[in-house]
Amino acid sequence: MIKNISNLGDAALYCDFGTEVNKQINSEVIKYFNTIKEKNIEGINNLTPSYNKLIISYDLRVTNFKEIKDKVEKLNVKEALKTHSKNLEIPVCCDALFSLDMERLEKKLSLTKEKILENFFNKEFFCYMTGFIAGMPFLGDLDENMRAQRLETPRVKVPKGSVGITEQFADIYTFESPGGWNIIGNTPLEVFDSSKEKDPNLINPGDTVKFKQITLEEYKNYNE
Amino acid sequence: MSNNYFEIIRAGINTTFQDKGRNNLYHIGIPFSGAMDNRNYLLANRLVGNKLDLPVIEFAYQGPLLKYNGDAITIALAGDVIFKIRKKDNEIEGNCYENYQLENGDEIDILSTNKSVYGYLAISGEFDLKFQWGSCSVNTKANIGSNDGKKLENNQKLIISKISANQQKKKTNYLNSKVENIRVIKGTNFDYFSEEGKNNFFEKEFTVSKLSDRMGMRLNGPEIENIVNTNIKSEGLLKGVIQVPADGNPIIMLSDHGTIGGYPKIGVVASVDYDRLVQISPGSKIKFKEIELSDAETLFKLYEMETQNLLSQI
Repeated sequence: MIKNISNLGDAALYCDFGTEVNKQINSEVIKYFNTIKEKNIEGINNLTPSYNKLIISYDLRVTNFKEIKDKVEKLNVKEALKTHSKNLEIPVCCDALFSLDMERLEKKLSLTKEKILENFFNKEFFCYMTGFIAGMPFLGDLDENMRAQRLETPRVKVPKGSVGITEQFADIYTFESPGGWNIIGNTPLEVFDSSKEKDPNLINPGDTVKFKQITLEEYKNYNE
Repeated sequence: MSNNYFEIIRAGINTTFQDKGRNNLYHIGIPFSGAMDNRNYLLANRLVGNKLDLPVIEFAYQGPLLKYNGDAITIALAGDVIFKIRKKDNEIEGNCYENYQLENGDEIDILSTNKSVYGYLAISGEFDLKFQWGSCSVNTKANIGSNDGKKLENNQKLIISKISANQQKKKTNYLNSKVENIRVIKGTNFDYFSEEGKNNFFEKEFTVSKLSDRMGMRLNGPEIENIVNTNIKSEGLLKGVIQVPADGNPIIMLSDHGTIGGYPKIGVVASVDYDRLVQISPGSKIKFKEIELSDAETLFKLYEMETQNLLSQI
């Protein structure tokens, strides 16, 4: 349930679902997101679901805060409990060529490389949200012993396809981008494809993701 | 294939095709993009008799030098821009908000924007462009939009697929406001900051940093002390949102912003002031003034009416 609705500026509603990050709260956010998307409410021009917030942007030329707030409060979200979620397997190569922060992580977590990879590849992840850069999935949750802080000095360029972890989350850099996550490997998969306008994201909020370790050889042959 | 095209002799620093932008894609990580200064974008299109949502060339600081090849075409610039039109036997000092006829071989040399950032060049017709999600606007980060999602470069040819000939001379008088007060609605994390920090935010001046671009405007100024937490759980961003990271220097999200961010939001620029905000150039001072939601809504309506009025006079 939405705990509080306030305004974010003069052209968006800020729907607060709580302060914790967990699947249950996030699923509520996604439920609202899907319902509002399907309803096609006049004036709403963007929806940004995240861990525990939903931001609803609207065109101030067409509507205003009060009108959209009333409509959102009157929504019957239960009726649109459609789930679109998929189970996905993402190949990741953790060769030294790609695992840029493995040594750093071994120290930070006091775990061996083998143990880190075992934990990572045995985990089933849940996609909380996508964004920051196009198609980037925010996946959780890593076990307590796998949680590391961001790099103290973020990289100016994280290579495309990099798979990183920080706190309880994992993500995939869909494009070369600045970033501060601990990079443990790289996927040869195109996680974002702008030529597919209807569905450019491979991973969407609510999806389940498991990573599968591949060798450098398999990585190189992947797109051939 | 059309024989009408511009040849780019000098691309300029930050020259891209832009239009009205893209909606309904924040949830997959794609920002709004589109022309930074919407009013000037609309005016440029109107001056050449176009539909108002057609693509234009946006430039920042130094604009492009273009040589035209083809049938006569009408062009117009909007913004506060210094430019020249070179014809076979003479050179004209160009004025913004006035349209001009270009003939085969003419050059348009956009020297610079004047105490502002963005300017717009519209043609009476349509460029041959790729549209994604209904917009040609370039997002250089995800390489989305026309020109493979990249800025324009020297020696490129800009093909014109359609010319609407016989445009009348059109001209209007419009002065871009240079007032540096920007109205701001308190953000969702306003109380993360100390009393002194909050006072500094609304009372002191900030300087626009050189590190500003279509993604964001960085500011330097008095300390805005955070007394709660310098990070929040990552959540959605909008254009106009002012985040304050741990170093205390505010960043205002602009049209190509990342869609998710984890720094506290101290405020959001009122929509009425967005066009004016993006035109404030690096080194200039900026002062924030608090405004209530209802006033911001009313002022935006008035601003929209004014824009419609300006358009109807052309």
